[in-house]
Amino acid sequence: MDKIQQLGRHTLDRFSAVGRATYLLIGALFGGRPNLVKGFPLFVKQLYVVGVLSLVIILVSGLFIGMVLALQGYTVLIDYGAEDSLGPMVSLALLRELGPVVTALLFAGRAGSALTAEIGLMKATEQLSSLEMMAVDPLRRVVAPRFWAGVVSMPLLALLFSSVGILGGHIVGVEWLGVDHGSFWSIMQASVDFKDDIMNGVIKSLVFAFVCTWIALFRGYDAVPTSEGISTATTQTVVQSSLAVLGLDFVLTALMFGN
Amino acid sequence: MTSRKVEISVGFFVALGIAALIFLALKVASAGVTGSGETYTIHAKFDNIGGLKVRSSVKVGGVIVGRVESIHLDPEDYAPVATLAIDTQYDNFPDTSSLSILTSGLLGEQYLGLEPGFIDETVEILGNGDYIEDTKSALVLEELIGQFLFSQGNDD
Repeated sequence: MDKIQQLGRHTLDRFSAVGRATYLLIGALFGGRPNLVKGFPLFVKQLYVVGVLSLVIILVSGLFIGMVLALQGYTVLIDYGAEDSLGPMVSLALLRELGPVVTALLFAGRAGSALTAEIGLMKATEQLSSLEMMAVDPLRRVVAPRFWAGVVSMPLLALLFSSVGILGGHIVGVEWLGVDHGSFWSIMQASVDFKDDIMNGVIKSLVFAFVCTWIALFRGYDAVPTSEGISTATTQTVVQSSLAVLGLDFVLTALMFGN
Repeated sequence: MTSRKVEISVGFFVALGIAALIFLALKVASAGVTGSGETYTIHAKFDNIGGLKVRSSVKVGGVIVGRVESIHLDPEDYAPVATLAIDTQYDNFPDTSSLSILTSGLLGEQYLGLEPGFIDETVEILGNGDYIEDTKSALVLEELIGQFLFSQGNDD
């Protein structure tokens, strides 16, 4: 009987967490009239924390992943005399999959965990309660700017990741391994489509941004206000965001490129 | 002062992101160079389209003049019909032109080669929705090998 009760409690906990997360999102996005004059500086500040400070790790990872893709792809393609297809291989892999997915994973580790820890500590030190005492809605003052900053910055980061990765592939493929410069770019241009490949990648990273930021904010806002609770919440953010990104990526890929 | 620094770096970040999008659009996907202009459609019926796909290019002497817009099977004689979207700046092909399915390189992807035909008083210019009568089907490697083996067998 105890087992059954445990199962029931677990299920109820899960569902009430989903409910609280939805409540948080609705409160942050639609809670009252948006005040652009007051909200915009907060948004810019968060864009700096979430986006600009993630640039270095995104750019360096993009460069190296592009270089590794080119190096590995070359060794296989050269056997079939198809090393000219290195360009489309690197660019399609980056634009469709690796750009959005790896950016989202890095984002969850770099920015998501920071968001969770920050909001969790705000809760633990009762800053959120103080805001409420002063009749400031913490959902709109604290959560909303961070949410929008995440949603705006992740597609930009993913685009930068893909661009830098393609340049990295160019460095290894063309400059180092000697693939023809003209065919590298022209075959790439012939096989990459703006709408099908680039825009679908952007849509993917928008979805990932939504999910990652939402999970990070909810985990922070819902954290048990102790040092242990914050550490658990940070771990949960990274684990759940990563799993959600990988699962959603499969669904989105099946919908976009599966036919 | 610090907020100014923050705003400047955010401005750089957003500008960099937009620059990346433009780089990807122009340099990687070459959007705007093909496919964005006005097009007219031409149909062509083949016996076998081989590996031709939607968005395969239509070339005249190596120059891309259009793309395959759709491929479907004619329900009456079960022949594949390809619908081509040709750029309107190339709108004076005579209806004696011929289409053949070619392969770029030995194992490359397949494209349509458009060979402009002769022009005299009785020949009309291809317009929107016209059919090209003179088509050559794709070379299917398996059939070629089969024919080769068959002819080898006959020699003995």
